[in-house]
Amino acid sequence: MNRLDNGFYLIAISIISACSLAYEVLLMRLFSIIQWHNFAYMIISLALLGYGVSGVFLALNRDQLTKYFPTVIMTNLLLLSISMPASFLLAQQLPFNSAEIIWAPVQLTYLSAVYLLLALPFFFAANVIGLSFYRYKEQVSSLYAADLFGSGIGSIAIIILLFMVFPEKILRLLMLTVLLVALMLSLFVFRQQKINTTRWNTLFISIAVIAMIIMPRYDSLSLSPYKALQQFLTMPATSVISNKSSPLGLITIAESTDLPLRHAPGLSLKATAEPPRQLAVFTDGDAMGAITHFDGDLATLSYLDQTTSALPYHFKPLSELLILGAGTGSDVLQALYHGSAHIDAVEQNPQIIDLLKTQYADFSGDIYTRPDVKLHLAEARGFISNSSKKYDLISISLMDTFGASASGLYSMSENYLYTEQAIQQYLHHLNTNGYLSLTRWVKLPARDMPKLLATVINSLKLDNANQPQQQIILIRSWQTSTLIVKNGLITPTEVSQLKQFSRERNFDLVYYPGIKEQEANQFNILPQPYLYLAAQALLSKQSDDFIDAYKFNIDPATDDKPYYFQFFKWQTLPEILPLLASGGISLLDSGYLLLVAALLQALIASLVLIALPLWLCKAKLGIQAGEQEYRRVMVYFFSLGLAFLFIEIACIQKFILILHHPIYAITTVISTFLLSAGLGSYMSSRLINNEREYTILIPIMGIAILSSIYMLNFDFITIFLLHQNDVSRFILSILLIMPLGFCMGMPFPMGLARLSLTRPKLIPWAWGVNGFASVISAILATLIAMQFGFMILVAFAVVLYGIAAFFFPR
Amino acid sequence: MQHAYLYRLFMWFFILLIGSAQLMADDSYQQKRDQLMTLIEKDIVDNSDFLDNNRLSEQVVIAMRAVPRHEFVPQKHRHQAYKNRPLPIGYGQTISQPTIVAMMTDLLQLKATDSVLEVGTGSGYQAAVLAEITRNVYSIEVVTELAERAAKDLKRTGYDYVKTRTGDGYYGWKEAAPFDAIIVTAAASHIPPPLIKQLKVGGRMIIPVGNQFMLQHLVLVTKDAADNVKIRQILPVKFVPLIGKH
Repeated sequence: MNRLDNGFYLIAISIISACSLAYEVLLMRLFSIIQWHNFAYMIISLALLGYGVSGVFLALNRDQLTKYFPTVIMTNLLLLSISMPASFLLAQQLPFNSAEIIWAPVQLTYLSAVYLLLALPFFFAANVIGLSFYRYKEQVSSLYAADLFGSGIGSIAIIILLFMVFPEKILRLLMLTVLLVALMLSLFVFRQQKINTTRWNTLFISIAVIAMIIMPRYDSLSLSPYKALQQFLTMPATSVISNKSSPLGLITIAESTDLPLRHAPGLSLKATAEPPRQLAVFTDGDAMGAITHFDGDLATLSYLDQTTSALPYHFKPLSELLILGAGTGSDVLQALYHGSAHIDAVEQNPQIIDLLKTQYADFSGDIYTRPDVKLHLAEARGFISNSSKKYDLISISLMDTFGASASGLYSMSENYLYTEQAIQQYLHHLNTNGYLSLTRWVKLPARDMPKLLATVINSLKLDNANQPQQQIILIRSWQTSTLIVKNGLITPTEVSQLKQFSRERNFDLVYYPGIKEQEANQFNILPQPYLYLAAQALLSKQSDDFIDAYKFNIDPATDDKPYYFQFFKWQTLPEILPLLASGGISLLDSGYLLLVAALLQALIASLVLIALPLWLCKAKLGIQAGEQEYRRVMVYFFSLGLAFLFIEIACIQKFILILHHPIYAITTVISTFLLSAGLGSYMSSRLINNEREYTILIPIMGIAILSSIYMLNFDFITIFLLHQNDVSRFILSILLIMPLGFCMGMPFPMGLARLSLTRPKLIPWAWGVNGFASVISAILATLIAMQFGFMILVAFAVVLYGIAAFFFPR
Repeated sequence: MQHAYLYRLFMWFFILLIGSAQLMADDSYQQKRDQLMTLIEKDIVDNSDFLDNNRLSEQVVIAMRAVPRHEFVPQKHRHQAYKNRPLPIGYGQTISQPTIVAMMTDLLQLKATDSVLEVGTGSGYQAAVLAEITRNVYSIEVVTELAERAAKDLKRTGYDYVKTRTGDGYYGWKEAAPFDAIIVTAAASHIPPPLIKQLKVGGRMIIPVGNQFMLQHLVLVTKDAADNVKIRQILPVKFVPLIGKH
């Protein structure tokens, strides 16, 4: 059987690819729950090394493996099915504690063990796909199409599954699916081969049955004891009362029947009131929030007047309110306490809403069905883009992008809430003399608020505000700070209200028009009035010099570089390093460094595990001494590996802005890319049959032209799409991505097809090189986007495709 | 007879050996503590300009040299007891980094007659350091297992005069209030106002902010004669984010 005369094989490849992609997303979710997001990202990027290592393994053993093709495929499927749950369950038993990594080098050993364990399933999956490419080299475009098509389906299926099933249960489902694929191949494809299919079938069915019986006992999640939920549960009389899972996170509701929860971040030291009864809400076992008991008696909410975010309510009665990131409702309660008549509450997590509207509706006072509160299930930026309503107050309080953290990147990820363009949009939705209120946690040394301030000032300048310094108020407690931007000039009455509010609560004035230095830094005393000085500098003509000289990255975030949480500056690293051991560890904004560390690890591991063996065993690969042609092959497949993900990641980030909801946006973009690339791969056989070398230029020109058009006109495309309704927006986005994905699906199978004619022995090697590039590509793409923005990232990708065209295998 | 004599001699030798091994071990721990203290003191002089004297007070140095940290560390981490790092003690809690313990104790400016409340006993090590300075130490821990273990360890190491209690620290220790100093090591979403009420005029309260392995900064609360409360936010290292005058 040298030709694929059986459609079942293509279906099998599709399902295996679907399972691999689903497994990758699932691991990200699982590690976000048991550990933290940033490490989840690192771990997965390294686990993908399994693909690269598989390339080496196949390249060096291709002929032997092909001789026993059915057995090798069945064995790998069997190992894949077992390793999918086993690797994760073993990995979570390791005492890896990411928080301790700076103190205990042994943690690096555990981390490496986690990498190795998680790389195994990807290794087995890649063996099946890679060996199939070699075995059925004449139909590589069909195989690659099946691979991409499967991945596309997998990316959609896992999101649907994550809404329906708890993530740990999906491990079992994936295991059974792979066993089913193995059974299918055994029954319909390898029946005529010289293997004992009955024995294999019995084995597959036995393992499936055993797994069904045994796994439920072992597949519970072991959260790090340092996560907030675990710590909460160490207290007496505490218990989890409800769990809800979705791709956006695992929501856990816990209660303490003995001790009151008293969740009131930023509460004034002068507060006399305590919060009423509360239930704790954890997202992925961390980031504690609370559902507050409300029986309609507003007096019980008086503690909400004792936080910095209560300031705007003291200026004047606020009737029309927009609360972005309403979550479990404390900002809504604050607005109700202050007598607001019409509140638009925007929350993007349907499960939080569901909890408050059903299970805890009575407990929480049914706040989301009150006539004065209108709830919107939407992402903040998306809601504001599609709304023409104007408000007296728009409030964003202690909200980080939920989607960013859920997608696994956190501080390394995009955040469109706090960009110059976002602030401009908020301001355009304010009534005359309305307020935008932004509350953030205080970080020391100050970096979060100076960056937000710089972003707000730039937004005002972009909006041609004549006196931005007359529109801003900033106060802080020891824990939170609130920045008010007024759509109008601050009046002397407001200044005296501000002073009274702050004095009564021991909050510090940081900035208001006309503030004197001695007024700042009165109650929560820093060695210098850093925030006051920063505000003065940022409002002066030397603001650019100040931003350049500041020891953290406080460059305003923009839609092209939406990395609000990226505070790291290389220049400051030498000063910070000696301080780490003596209590200065929080100076290190580790998100960016972890990304660099992940890139270095991936590079080193790839060089040792992929490049070095290939280099040392050139003869075994079929490369003859003195032959240079293999270098073309290497450059070609390496460039493709990098460029594909560069464009895909740039599109994901850009389309989040258009499609709003990060999970839907990521799923739409990835699945459209993969499905259309699959189609492109399938259609590429027509170009492959054309003997001329320049046919490769056809898809590459297509990629270059389309991506240039998109990137150069992205602002126009964004505005156009944002004015469409939800369905049209998604359909038009898919239609925009499809031709690009179609072209991007062609160069890889075209290269492999060429190799199958000229140097078939290099096919597994090319697969390995491509895998190696893919490992580093995702991390490198994020680093390039952080440094230079998405436009440059796409420009890099186009250049890489150009290089690939130049080095197309002869 | 000969055998009995030899046996007795052997026993004496054995007891002597164990005794001297114990002494040597104590000696070695003392040596490690001294080395650790030298490191901490140098670190503080080099990096911190927030302490009033730019160096640790004598009584804190003596206390830190005296308390056997290894006795408050779980057996499996005992070999790391004198490393200047936080260590896990179970239940998702840690014993704090010695530098931070020294800084916090110093910032409380305790006198021998002062009464001090600790909210979050944890391992009991911080309470022992406080108890080296004053005999009036009250400590509350909410996690029952930790509270029991710490009480036992404090008793075993001779700090049996530290008063311990299992329970909610939010309302402090009413019977013993007011306090000259309060140290809140248990994480809270805000500073409990009842604790501020239990602080004497002129009293000091210290709160480390951050997670178990990563201190962000220290919060020092002081109460003046007019009952005004002020907070100093202290970064425990010499680092200024601003450059030059703007």
